[in-house]
Amino acid sequence: MRNFLKVLCFSLLVIGLFAGYSNYGIPQIEPAPPPVEEKLELGAMTMDKFIALGERLYNGKGTCTLCHNPTGGRAPQLESAATVASERMQDSRYQGTASTVVEYLYESMVEPSAYVVAGFGKAGSNDSESPMPDVSAGGIGLSDAELKAIIAYLQDLAGTDVTVSIPTDAAPAEAEEKTAEPPPAPRAALDTPDALIAKFTCGACHKVAGQVGAIGPDLTTIGATRDKAYLRRSLLDPNADVAEGFMAGMMPNIYGTQMSAAELEMLVDYLAGLK
Amino acid sequence: MMIKPPASNGKTRRVRKAGLVVFCLGLLLGVLALSLPGLDSGIAHAAELADTGADTATYQPAPKLTAADYPTIKGVNSRIAVWLAAQLHLWFAAFVLAVPIFVFIIEAIGMGTRDKRYDNMAYEFIKVSITAYSFTAILGGLLTFLLVLFYPHLFQYMSSIFKESMFYYALLFFLESATLYLYYYGWHWLQGGFRKWVHLSLGLLLNAVGTLLMFLANAWVTFMMSPAGVDPAGVFSGDAWAAIHNFLWNPINIHRVIANIAYGGSIVGAYAAFKFLSARKSEQRAHYDWMGYNANFIAISALLPLPFAGYYLTAEIYAYSQQMGITLMGGVFAWLFIIQAVLIGTLFLSANYYLWCGMGRSDGAVRYHKYIKYLAIVIVGAFLVWFTPHTLVLTNEELKALGGPYHKYLGPLGIMPAKNTAVNIMILFTTLSFIFYRRANKVATVSWASAGNAIQIALFTAGILNIFFLGVYHGYFTNTVYKVAASIPQVLTTLTIIVTSTAIDAFMYRGAKQVAPLHWGRVSDRSQYALFLLAVAFTWLMGLMGYIRSGIRQHWHVTNVFRDASPDAFTPGLGYAANVVSVGTILFMAMVIFVFWIADVSSRKTAADAYWKTPPA
Repeated sequence: MRNFLKVLCFSLLVIGLFAGYSNYGIPQIEPAPPPVEEKLELGAMTMDKFIALGERLYNGKGTCTLCHNPTGGRAPQLESAATVASERMQDSRYQGTASTVVEYLYESMVEPSAYVVAGFGKAGSNDSESPMPDVSAGGIGLSDAELKAIIAYLQDLAGTDVTVSIPTDAAPAEAEEKTAEPPPAPRAALDTPDALIAKFTCGACHKVAGQVGAIGPDLTTIGATRDKAYLRRSLLDPNADVAEGFMAGMMPNIYGTQMSAAELEMLVDYLAGLK
Repeated sequence: MMIKPPASNGKTRRVRKAGLVVFCLGLLLGVLALSLPGLDSGIAHAAELADTGADTATYQPAPKLTAADYPTIKGVNSRIAVWLAAQLHLWFAAFVLAVPIFVFIIEAIGMGTRDKRYDNMAYEFIKVSITAYSFTAILGGLLTFLLVLFYPHLFQYMSSIFKESMFYYALLFFLESATLYLYYYGWHWLQGGFRKWVHLSLGLLLNAVGTLLMFLANAWVTFMMSPAGVDPAGVFSGDAWAAIHNFLWNPINIHRVIANIAYGGSIVGAYAAFKFLSARKSEQRAHYDWMGYNANFIAISALLPLPFAGYYLTAEIYAYSQQMGITLMGGVFAWLFIIQAVLIGTLFLSANYYLWCGMGRSDGAVRYHKYIKYLAIVIVGAFLVWFTPHTLVLTNEELKALGGPYHKYLGPLGIMPAKNTAVNIMILFTTLSFIFYRRANKVATVSWASAGNAIQIALFTAGILNIFFLGVYHGYFTNTVYKVAASIPQVLTTLTIIVTSTAIDAFMYRGAKQVAPLHWGRVSDRSQYALFLLAVAFTWLMGLMGYIRSGIRQHWHVTNVFRDASPDAFTPGLGYAANVVSVGTILFMAMVIFVFWIADVSSRKTAADAYWKTPPA
């Protein structure tokens, strides 16, 4: 019996160590929730909103950044995709049928093997076959309107004229999706700065509103040194002015699209009042 | 005229009967195999499908569900219930499929050497697996019930595609049970001469059926990861072989066969360790020490090629879907591989520690003691490289202190080429541990012993240098796409060293002089805890890897075809998953202790002569 208890305690200790290490020894990354279909109000959409939608899709549902990121190196960077499109359509390796930049970018998403950037083909294919899936099908399943929104974003990202036009209606596949799963109700507007800070988890990185995040600048007296225009710009375009000692690219560039104008102004007022 | 003795007549009849039994079993298996879609030729099956092409029109697309389509029971988390039932079933199934493989090998060794100890050990191993077999069946039934109850649409969809293989799976299960019981209960009956061959043939049949059962179940699981034979909407083409022979089927088959053997070895090693610690007589300690050593040997033998099988599986996942591969290795699951590194490091360290302790069985091992500390340093060093993460989640102060997200010196150790190099070195030094252990009580007497040693040293040195060169060159002087190109030549180098050095050792120590005999049972109690550590770490590791394999489907029942719309469709955080795995491991260990206890109880006898009436004369 003594041996049994010793073995039991030893086994439980080992299991406890593994569980403890997994809970406290490594960062607790909470995976993103399953994507929810977003109802597109294309009729009332401005080009700026269309570009913002493209950016959201690029970083979210489209899962583009999974491969097209600077650290992984598994797919080409797309900052200049819209500017090099013409050059690539002239390349002897180009297998597609596009004749405009918009058509090329569209084709590169639904038929990625039409042109494979050197060094990024499937192993053994001599850069004739792309490992990228058709993003209009399968698990990603971007609609025609969503693909065009990403094109708008890529053109804007490259600093070229946005020549893609906003479609007037959503794709049938998307409409069908709606019948299976109704879109979520729009988020109710938040009426206090604390609620906004909690909702957007500002305290995870910043010291603000009782939170003690240490990754971003301390905001407890930010109003003493920064004016409202600066604070507004920091929220809408976090990389425009990066505080000294902090790295660019750490703060998400989402608040301009995820907060309403009233919420944004309320937060700016609140931060400006922290002195 | 010579009259054959009656015994010969009887023997001949028995031989004929046995031959008939083996023939009938073989015929039955053959008939079943030919009936299985997927086992007949793909061409014949395709022709059959062409004749019944109209059938394809009867298949429905994968349903689009909402949360309301998933039945719930108050107070029961359906996902965790299915998760635990599936994992417990898998642990037991891995164990009961693995044990007959090495029981078959040990029985054959016993027959070859005519050493009864091997036969006794093989029998004791299979005895342990009998109760575990019942648990496997019970848990398999429970899993099926839970799937039907909580995920009826998924079960219906899967069974519409795999109905034939599910039907034959059930039939094969009967054959598996019958063969196992005949193999176990007939052990002492089928002894000596031809009967022993019949018994060994039953062992072979048992393994063939068991492996086939696992391959069928693997087809269902891998279809959910890499569906084939269906269109993008999930409409089944009617080609069952295409669905079975999906992209990840063979990589999983190979990985699971090897992993099962290593796992089975670790569990029976824990059994032997427990019996060793409980033994009161020196003969018993000697027996269970020997049994534990053999179990550990089996576990290590399968553990050495396991990282290669895992690498092949991962490479195939990347080949199937780069997105899935990146999600696995560079996305939300990446940190789980740091936990995996800790677990595999634990496995290697405990297996090596057991070998080093085991060298105390022979006084001749003193010659090798001075090398053990170097082996330990290298293995721990390799473990630390494997354990080094690529990217770190850091506070701003830490980022500033490091000068970026990667450490200047340690950062390069986070990428795969460094880890592949570390794993290969770890495997080679474990092989060295084993070679030292094997030589502990012997001195080679062949005339070329010095040359043989020199060749082995040269082989290890050249191989290790080659592994380092490949890792450094491909890892740090080529672009990302080619970074892992070193892995295959590294693996081939390691395998060449293992096979060649083992072969040289085997010839060199043939007829070697025993300088100090092995004293079985002369080993510390703490060495036995290394065997427990091996079993617990292996169980936990299997649970973790099972979660990763299933989890990379994320919010899909069947990847990109059949969406999981249940309230539990989220990918859980690392701590959450680790806690479920821990609870599962505790449950499994409790059941295994029961299995060990039952195996022990079956050999106990209580004298109660006074209780019974004296039989009439």
